Amino acid sequence: MEVMAPKMNKINLNMPAYIEEPEYADIAMSVHNLNFYYGENQVLFDNNLDIHKDRITAIIGPSGCGKSTHIRTYNRIFEMYRNQRATGSIYLGDQDVLSQSVDSTLLRRRIGMIFQKPSPFPMTIFDNIAYGMKINTNVRGSELAGRVEDALIRVALWDEVKDKLHSSGTDLSGGQQQRLCIARAIAIEPEVLLMDEPCSAIDPIGTAKIEELMLDLKSHYTIVIVTHNMQQAARVSDYTAFFYQGHIVEFGDTQQLFTNPKNSQTEDYITGRFG
Amino acid sequence: MQSNSLKMRKAVSRLVKVLATLSAVIGLVALIWILMTVVSRGIGSLNFEFFTELPTPPGMSGGGLANAIAGTLVMTVIAAATAIPIGMLAGTYLSEVGKGTGMAEFIRLVNNIMIGVPSIIIGIFIYVLIVVPMKGFSGLAGAVALAVIMLPIVVRTTEDMLTLVPDSIRESALALGASRWRTTFDIVFRAAKNGLLTGVLLAVARVSGETAPLLFTALNSSYWFSGLNEPMANLTVTIFNYAMSPYTDWQAKAWGASLLIMVSILALTVTSRFIMKRQGRQ
Amino acid sequence: MKFLSAHRQKLPIATQALNPILEKSRNNRGVSDGVFRWATGLSAAIIPVGMLGLIIVMLLNSHLALKEFGLGFLTSDNWNPVTQEFGALSSIYGTFVSTIIAMLIAMPMGIAVGLFLVEWSSPKVESFFGTAIELLAAIPSIIYGMWGLFVFAPFMADHVQPFVNEYFGFIPLFDGPPLGIGMLTTGIILALMILPYVSSISRDVFKMVPSVIKESAYGLGSTNWEVTKYVTIPYALHGIIGAGFLGLGRALGETMAVTFVIGNSHRISASLFETCNSIASTLANEFTEASEPLYLHALVALGLVLFLITITTQVAAQLWLKHLVRKAGGS
Repeated sequence: MEVMAPKMNKINLNMPAYIEEPEYADIAMSVHNLNFYYGENQVLFDNNLDIHKDRITAIIGPSGCGKSTHIRTYNRIFEMYRNQRATGSIYLGDQDVLSQSVDSTLLRRRIGMIFQKPSPFPMTIFDNIAYGMKINTNVRGSELAGRVEDALIRVALWDEVKDKLHSSGTDLSGGQQQRLCIARAIAIEPEVLLMDEPCSAIDPIGTAKIEELMLDLKSHYTIVIVTHNMQQAARVSDYTAFFYQGHIVEFGDTQQLFTNPKNSQTEDYITGRFG
Repeated sequence: MQSNSLKMRKAVSRLVKVLATLSAVIGLVALIWILMTVVSRGIGSLNFEFFTELPTPPGMSGGGLANAIAGTLVMTVIAAATAIPIGMLAGTYLSEVGKGTGMAEFIRLVNNIMIGVPSIIIGIFIYVLIVVPMKGFSGLAGAVALAVIMLPIVVRTTEDMLTLVPDSIRESALALGASRWRTTFDIVFRAAKNGLLTGVLLAVARVSGETAPLLFTALNSSYWFSGLNEPMANLTVTIFNYAMSPYTDWQAKAWGASLLIMVSILALTVTSRFIMKRQGRQ
Repeated sequence: MKFLSAHRQKLPIATQALNPILEKSRNNRGVSDGVFRWATGLSAAIIPVGMLGLIIVMLLNSHLALKEFGLGFLTSDNWNPVTQEFGALSSIYGTFVSTIIAMLIAMPMGIAVGLFLVEWSSPKVESFFGTAIELLAAIPSIIYGMWGLFVFAPFMADHVQPFVNEYFGFIPLFDGPPLGIGMLTTGIILALMILPYVSSISRDVFKMVPSVIKESAYGLGSTNWEVTKYVTIPYALHGIIGAGFLGLGRALGETMAVTFVIGNSHRISASLFETCNSIASTLANEFTEASEPLYLHALVALGLVLFLITITTQVAAQLWLKHLVRKAGGS
């Protein structure tokens, strides 16, 4: 608590308004008192958040507010970096994924992630999608081919690439690469899909396709999307959390948050007065 | 400076420009001079016999350096087969596993120093470590000496090339449930493939011209090799011995061997440059 | 005040049994990653262990000479295998003098080539000379040695040394027989060998000088050379010094090229035309002849001296470059 004291003074300390208590069964992930540090520098402060099952939750806020850092704790991808550290709990079902007894590779099979920059592996389109299944499942041969096709159909990429499955994934356009990455992630059937500004490096047409895809996918997947684009959050998400300086200032139903924010900082942000 | 007239200042400037150009030209002339010398004096020796026959005794013409060519190949291959896997693993440690730790910093520093250790020192080290206990010069000792020279070069290029792979690729693989080792070998190595190949080629090029570490490890021989525990014929020590000999036929063979080595090394260098350029385009 | 996490009091907490599906299992990836960590870590450990082994092995095999001659090993120039007296001074002297000649030639030339490439040549010319420099660096040292002995030394003897002798012979440095081989020829060949290192690093650091700074100097009416002298070189100075250290390390330890042209005589003479020797050339020439333990130990001790000299320049170079990177990163 001492660490965060000086920063706390600068921002509104009102606890985020909460709409209504959801049913326990509707919660896919639940974040408890999450704090995050880069070395000695604390960047997330007591984050509490529920991620609703089969819904899209958007995380918005000015750049540097910790929104990417926040979702990077869900699958513990931050552990790749030596000086990054998280405290608190994040429940996936009834398991605390931050617990050291949880195997991070097994965890990441259940929580997929899409990154800001499309990052196809340096291999063919087919192998890009098959790779995750090869390392995580026993699916091989014709079943594997079928699953690759399924995944590509689900991200509406099949028609564009079916004739060049064995050319390099890095030759696709930016938007296609990102859809390939989504196909790669959903091919191993995760429960939750984390998207870290998935459209920031993509043109408007590609962005529209990915937004459409997200709405499609939400019947099967719980999606958390970090975005700096408020219109995007308003268009696709069911719930929205507004982050500011590492704190969750407001969380609620997207429509309500955008039309009738409870917090003055949220209002300032969504009306474009800062950020 | 202020006392100088503009004319003087401009003249000085021009003079420096001329001197700089001259320096570059001198470097180029030296390169061409060396290349021409080796080609013109060496080309005559490179006949069929040179590649297929054993050396003749001093004074007798004819014969070839087939045993030395084979010996150089054998020792280089053994050295590469030892140094490349170990060096790549060590480079992987520096770039992937130990990154940011004090241990990695320390090993990197020692490795860079190791690259600068004169190769003749490595020769002494292997002489005392292997030749003395084995009671004789051997191809094995030569190969180990070359491996010791190659290792730190492979470590450095591996680390450099893996560091060029963006973290976003590593994160994507990990996020897909790949373990650290799979991420590294399946994905990061594949992304760095061309760079790694370049590094390996340059390391091979570097050791295949080495003479000093072989002088008192592999020594030399005028016979086919009969085992790794025997002195082993090799091109570079042969060049040294033949060039220092009074026999013109031997000296001509030394030029021929120089040409062979030089062409091989330049070919490796140019190939690696080409591979690297292709990497850059991708 | 209603807390966000009010309902969470009902949630199970970590003390409860974990769903086994996420738990680490021994027969799983944990083990493979462990093997991965160990294999890479052990391979990396070979490097410092090998370095330590090298130092120990050399100490163990030179102690006879070090005990016998003590500091005299470094200060005596009497190297006589027949009487079993060994002093390294002439080898050390030759190593340093040939290196100093090489540095005096290669540093200004290398910097000049770097300037030429970055400031005054078109991309095409730069790429051409860049390739040439790379090839010059790729030529094995034994070929420099042969070329030096058979082509360059006669050239020196016929065209350069008589001329220098005639006009500068009153200086002891240039007074001597025009043999072709000797200290000066060695220094020039070493200079050619380290020129590629100095010029390619100079080129790289000159490229890093921000053009804004240069442009503002031109804007003040400076000439080409003035911008170079007062802006480019000071800005790139740290990198150039680093290049110097690397070149120095190479020149000090170079063996084959030196062995061909230095003449291999154990003596110290004022003239640069005289034959001499260096640590590396002595080792190359005499190591296989060392039959008595003391002779061998003296040679290994000589190697140890060379090792300590090069390691000092290497450590200095590495620390210098590290400091440079930190500085560049900080600004």
